Amino acid sequence: MADAQISPRNIPDRLEGRGARLLKSWEALLVVVAAVIFLGNSLASPYFLDPWNLSDATFNFTEKAMIAFAMALVIISGEIDLSVASIIALASTAMGYAVQFGFDTPALVAIGLGVGLLCGLVNGVLITGLDLPSIVVTIGTMSLFRGLSFVVLGDQAFTGYPESFAWFGQGYVWWVFSFEFTLFVVLAVIYGVLLHRTNFGRAVYAIGNNQTAALFSGVRVPRVKFTLFLLTGLLAGLASVCLTSRLGSTRPSIALGWELEVVTMVVLGGVSILGGSGTIPGIVLAALIMGMVTFGFGLLNVPGIVMSIFIGLLLISVIALPILWQRARRRPVH
Amino acid sequence: MAKLLKNREILLVVAIAVLLAIIALRFPAFVAPSNLARVYNDTSILVILALGQMAVILTRCIDLSMAANLALCGMVAAMLNNFFPGLPIPLIIFAAMALGGFLGAINGTLVWKLNIPPIVVTLGTLTIYRGLIFVLTNGKWINAHEMSDPFKALPRLVVAGMPVLSWLSFLMIALMFLVIGRTPLGRAFYAVGGNPHAAVYTGIDVGRTRFFAYCLSGTLAGLSGYLWVSRYAVAYVDIAAGFELDIIAACVIGGISIAGGIGSVAGAVLGALFLGVIKNALPVIDISPFAQLAISGTVIIIAVAVNARAERRKGRVILKKAEAV
Amino acid sequence: MDPLLLQDTTTSRMKPAIALEGISKSFPGVRALSDVSLALYPGSVTALVGENGAGKSTLVKILTGIYQPDAGAIRLADRETTFPTALAASRAGVTAIHQETVLFDELSVAENIFLGHAPRNRFGLIDWKKLNADAKTLLNRAGADFDPTIRLRDLGIAKKHLVAIARALSVDARVVIMDEPTAALSHKEIHELYALIERLKANGKAILFISHKFDEIFRIADRYTVFRDGAMIGEGLIADVSQDDLVRMMVGRAVGSVYPKKEVAIGQPVLTVSGYRHPTEFEDINFELRRGEILGFYGLVGAGRSEFMQSLIGITRPSAGAVKLDGEVLVIRSPAEAIRAGIVYVPEERGRQGAIIGMPIFQNITLPSLSQTSRSGFLRLAQEFALAREYTSRLDLRAASLDQDVGTLSGGNQQKVVIAKWLATRPKVIILDEPTKGIDIGSKAAVHAFMSELAAQGLSVIMVSSEIPEIMGMSDRVIVMREGRVAGRFERSELTAEKLVRAAAGIETQAGGGAA
Repeated sequence: MADAQISPRNIPDRLEGRGARLLKSWEALLVVVAAVIFLGNSLASPYFLDPWNLSDATFNFTEKAMIAFAMALVIISGEIDLSVASIIALASTAMGYAVQFGFDTPALVAIGLGVGLLCGLVNGVLITGLDLPSIVVTIGTMSLFRGLSFVVLGDQAFTGYPESFAWFGQGYVWWVFSFEFTLFVVLAVIYGVLLHRTNFGRAVYAIGNNQTAALFSGVRVPRVKFTLFLLTGLLAGLASVCLTSRLGSTRPSIALGWELEVVTMVVLGGVSILGGSGTIPGIVLAALIMGMVTFGFGLLNVPGIVMSIFIGLLLISVIALPILWQRARRRPVH
Repeated sequence: MAKLLKNREILLVVAIAVLLAIIALRFPAFVAPSNLARVYNDTSILVILALGQMAVILTRCIDLSMAANLALCGMVAAMLNNFFPGLPIPLIIFAAMALGGFLGAINGTLVWKLNIPPIVVTLGTLTIYRGLIFVLTNGKWINAHEMSDPFKALPRLVVAGMPVLSWLSFLMIALMFLVIGRTPLGRAFYAVGGNPHAAVYTGIDVGRTRFFAYCLSGTLAGLSGYLWVSRYAVAYVDIAAGFELDIIAACVIGGISIAGGIGSVAGAVLGALFLGVIKNALPVIDISPFAQLAISGTVIIIAVAVNARAERRKGRVILKKAEAV
Repeated sequence: MDPLLLQDTTTSRMKPAIALEGISKSFPGVRALSDVSLALYPGSVTALVGENGAGKSTLVKILTGIYQPDAGAIRLADRETTFPTALAASRAGVTAIHQETVLFDELSVAENIFLGHAPRNRFGLIDWKKLNADAKTLLNRAGADFDPTIRLRDLGIAKKHLVAIARALSVDARVVIMDEPTAALSHKEIHELYALIERLKANGKAILFISHKFDEIFRIADRYTVFRDGAMIGEGLIADVSQDDLVRMMVGRAVGSVYPKKEVAIGQPVLTVSGYRHPTEFEDINFELRRGEILGFYGLVGAGRSEFMQSLIGITRPSAGAVKLDGEVLVIRSPAEAIRAGIVYVPEERGRQGAIIGMPIFQNITLPSLSQTSRSGFLRLAQEFALAREYTSRLDLRAASLDQDVGTLSGGNQQKVVIAKWLATRPKVIILDEPTKGIDIGSKAAVHAFMSELAAQGLSVIMVSSEIPEIMGMSDRVIVMREGRVAGRFERSELTAEKLVRAAAGIETQAGGGAA
């Protein structure tokens, strides 16, 4: 152990500067990947570099990324929420239902967010209140929430959203910057601060690394986890408002399979699926990468499902490669 | 009686019986033997898949790629039949199972050799396997008229009063009973999931045991692929999409602990049957089939709450007078 | 005594079934065993005696192939051998019944006995009939009469122990290691175990018997070996020694002097605990802790000390009892509330409950004190580093930087981080649970010195320890616990190692101790 020969008194705060730590980080690797994809895209298609095209491209990931921020915290704390896409469906259905009674835009948004929060509350109570494993509970609520949408809608669809409602998914704040993209940036900042600059964020890391020790250290573990599931529900509700507004209609199959894409985004962003580590900048980069890949393939007329192969390979290889690399490096020592 | 009710399998049998009794009050035709046989037949594929998932969950892993594996193997079986109509059906089934086993082995290798968390591995392979179907077919469907008659007929063929599909699921249940109950591998599943640390002490290779569990679930998914495609006489990219959750739901309802090491073949079968009865009963009792998803979600949550209560540990006994057992 | 003597004169002429020669084993920062030798003879029971941390469990792990020795040889029936894996040791006929049984709750009793070597029929399938029948026979030999087909989870801890014994019998072992086998057994079961050991002896097995209970050792063992601080202190025939001899060898030197205990004027009561009880873990705990006092809690492993301490800080809820801090009644439902009230607990299991491996040193230290270092919920890194620097220097931590992962430190330095973490909350009462378990001598001395310093500054300290020198060296008063109850109270002036050992083990005494 290296700690024996070092003088006892003056332990430096850090050995490496901020720059050195950044260079070695997972985020640095993601920046390189993002740059390569950006370059590849701009070489492959002349349409890629157009500001409006780039702006369009952001719609590929903004809604998923909103949930990814919340999901990242859940996974860092050692839990998972697979019900997010179903929350989108239920919140969207509730909004569509409300439209039939003539509710206007502010009320619709409140309903969307409220249903999201309520779903998060259900997850939170089941997981922290009854102390059940989150993976099974959210597989259950995933069926339940989407199932309720099916009960209400069957094979029908709700349409007829008020015109003003369209702004959330289709409007622009300034020039090419859409409302969704702006929201994405704002949420990135809020979540970045929450995770990296507050006591709450520190507690999330502590729980993910060692829940028992965190409890002994005075972290209110159930309360923190409950809050995380509540926030995830709220952000899924927010994503539902944006997606419903963008599509202008609600079907029960809305956002089907998104939970897997969101988890992929979070893991790609460097969050350990076992909990305890990961950063918000990593999630932002992963969102950009996945958005650019989708958009680039779209420009090349590659069908969506082939892109999903690429995403799947990306997910496995970004985890496998560091393991293989470490192993190759360690071998000569033995 | 209290002890009997503690038994998860018996509790499930009672639950299914109560369910059937309630339905029978208004619709006695539903519990006629012929209809029950039909309901079972309709659930056969879910039963087979739940058996495979059970093996994986027992070892403290999970296989989210089963439905995608099924779809890919089903498509390959349909394509084989389409291109080589003369190929004997058993050979096609064998090919589907071999491919399924191989895809399972890929999952198993990534979990065993690279130590990647199972949920990540199968989340990745889930999208890859389904994507490969599109690459193979370019999104085209293989319809009933492109399949040979024997290919489509086999699962429906009635032998001794039951369709082959049902018989095949019986065979798989019997084989699984044998593997789980009578082979060292089957017992190793429990040891690895129940106490991985102690398993090493008893000389069991944890990673290799998990690898074999994935091979098993893959092979059963491959078989189910052929059965699905031939029964519904159509193959396309999205068949059985989302079915992986039904499979896991069947296991959870069947009392197989997601934390590993707890569960039984009977539990997996009963869990699948519970879902099958609900699915088939809904149209009969005039509830929209769209309610099925919500009901199975509720059942999953109830099942996990009930199981968690049964598994909860008692505190340490230090005081002598409290030493009951 | 006669038959024992007779037997031993026959065995000592025999060759040992297994012999360890000059075994040494070190861990980062700790020398667990140095140049230790041990011989086990067929048909003979050797008692291994020593305090916690003397190296007994390391020796067992070397014997069973879980650890590899750094130096020395293992001789099995005169042939030198190695045990690279647990499987190799078990194939060579060495089997252990561990203190904490490593068994599988969801499998049947019979399967637990035969896992890994189940009898098969001619199709290669497990032969359940034979398996259950063989299991029944083995259980009978172990003195158990329950059904081998029931699931292990339905058994109490004592019966699980018997299953572990049957498992040891199922492999045709030459050497059987019993690591505190009676810790969880009832009086009747202990006597059945003695009978079993007699039968094993008659079958020519070599038995290593580890126990803290002297009555057992004198009842069952033929030979003894005493370990202290990783070295062998003495060995010989049980018939040649008295209990007092063994206690003296175990405890060794006159211990009080090397401990940096300061004379402190003990003040008013700070913490009063009355009528504390829990349905299964402990009952009737009453005591007062005063300002500047170090109150030692001594007892054998599993006496309920940690369980009691954890219920004081709200991890578990007591079924009755009251706590007063500075005269005010407290209701503590979580560690967070305990910390706010000024009672902190430094847990025994450093890796599981204490340190948060994967997070840097400074974040570990500031976690319970974030409300001090932050402003309206936002972190202030400069304040965090300042707090971490203050406490790491007070505890003389050795580390490369405060940003280093706490998992890269040695055990002793990790322990300093863990103590610093709870101390930084500026508590009124600090409970230290086995504060020097598994750490090197240097760190031990630092922790002791610091503890003394804290008491001198007016902090009230509860120290849970299973090490007699530590208890005797550091405590102003000692409470001994046994099986969840207070088994003795001693002032510093009347402390002797023997009184402590007797109270903890429940040996009837002629004078002192006993009465609470």
